[in-house]
Amino acid sequence: MTQLKDKEPLGKVIVITSGKGGVGKTTSAAAIAAALAKREFKTVVIDFDVGLRNLDMIMGCERRVVFDFINVIQGEARLKQALIRDKRLDTLWILPTSQTRDKDALSKEGVEKVLNELKEQFDYIICDSPAGIERGAQLAMYFADEAVVVTNPEVSSVRDSDRVLGLLASKTKRAEEEGAEVKAQVLVTRHDQRRIDAGEMMTIDDVLEILAVPLLGVIPESTAVLRASNVGMPIVLDEPSAASRGYEAAVARLLGEEVDGHVERAKKPGFFSRLFGAPA
Amino acid sequence: MSLFGFSLRPRRTKSAQTAKDRLQILLAHERSDGSKGPDYLPLLQADILAVIRKYMEIKEDEVDIQMERNDDVSSLEINIEIPSAGPEKPIASALPRKRARSRC
Repeated sequence: MTQLKDKEPLGKVIVITSGKGGVGKTTSAAAIAAALAKREFKTVVIDFDVGLRNLDMIMGCERRVVFDFINVIQGEARLKQALIRDKRLDTLWILPTSQTRDKDALSKEGVEKVLNELKEQFDYIICDSPAGIERGAQLAMYFADEAVVVTNPEVSSVRDSDRVLGLLASKTKRAEEEGAEVKAQVLVTRHDQRRIDAGEMMTIDDVLEILAVPLLGVIPESTAVLRASNVGMPIVLDEPSAASRGYEAAVARLLGEEVDGHVERAKKPGFFSRLFGAPA
Repeated sequence: MSLFGFSLRPRRTKSAQTAKDRLQILLAHERSDGSKGPDYLPLLQADILAVIRKYMEIKEDEVDIQMERNDDVSSLEINIEIPSAGPEKPIASALPRKRARSRC
């Protein structure tokens, strides 16, 4: 699955969206982008959350931001100047957004122009959507070829995901101009098998029955997620964990590979890992 | 509270300290930048380019600006590729480097 250097870039745009905030969009966008880059696809991850940027922190490049997505849209900087190359993977890039302006700084024409320029250089363009269904979220999904809807097995998250799936079916370029669909798949995060076994949490099947879209993957609740964000490391580049394996499997499915089983059963912590607090 | 010299409070893990340090550095910059007015970097870039253009011909693509923010010192590195004087004597290997340091 390696991408030859002289090959035409794939130029595929994937939006990571959810409706509800705090379900793991940015963590997932960083993990999916890094997992694609690990497979030698040239990948860029873009922060669409204007005014509340956080992708730079999750990716660990917050001290290196000079120019951003908004500067490029407004012609104040070249795309080349705003792209930050990841220090760990040379196939991974990040396009940060502005911390000082608001969503009105995004224009449909501006976003399209930047995405078209990125498509000429990158295999995968991962758009990290802001929460909500307002302008920023709509523009993040508008030019997408595919969508990953991040959902927690919890009532408000599933309800908001349903709303976002409705928007993906109607308010995208594909839907408006070509009458085509944006392929949407759900990524269930913060999955806790012990709570499901106790009857306290909806199962994956419950969530899929309600949303009626294919399942991309399941990310178990894991202490490794907080650790990775503390140090600014996409989870798939950190020490292996149940969560990182969940993202690797999700990306394999995103690439059309057959992967068995969705949920890695959380092991009961052994005596020593309980004593020393080894990451789950 | 400590018992025989051991703290009973849970020990702070290394990654939590990293998180706090990163936030403190970042927020110190964001708070001070906020008072200076937003986004002076594009204006700074335009000014620097205008000054250099008074003396030589350069393209906007040939300017590379990088920043590294640290606790006490931030460095702003501006690399400008200056075209060789003529086709008969290429000097492309020796890129002039301008480095500006600003104390924050």
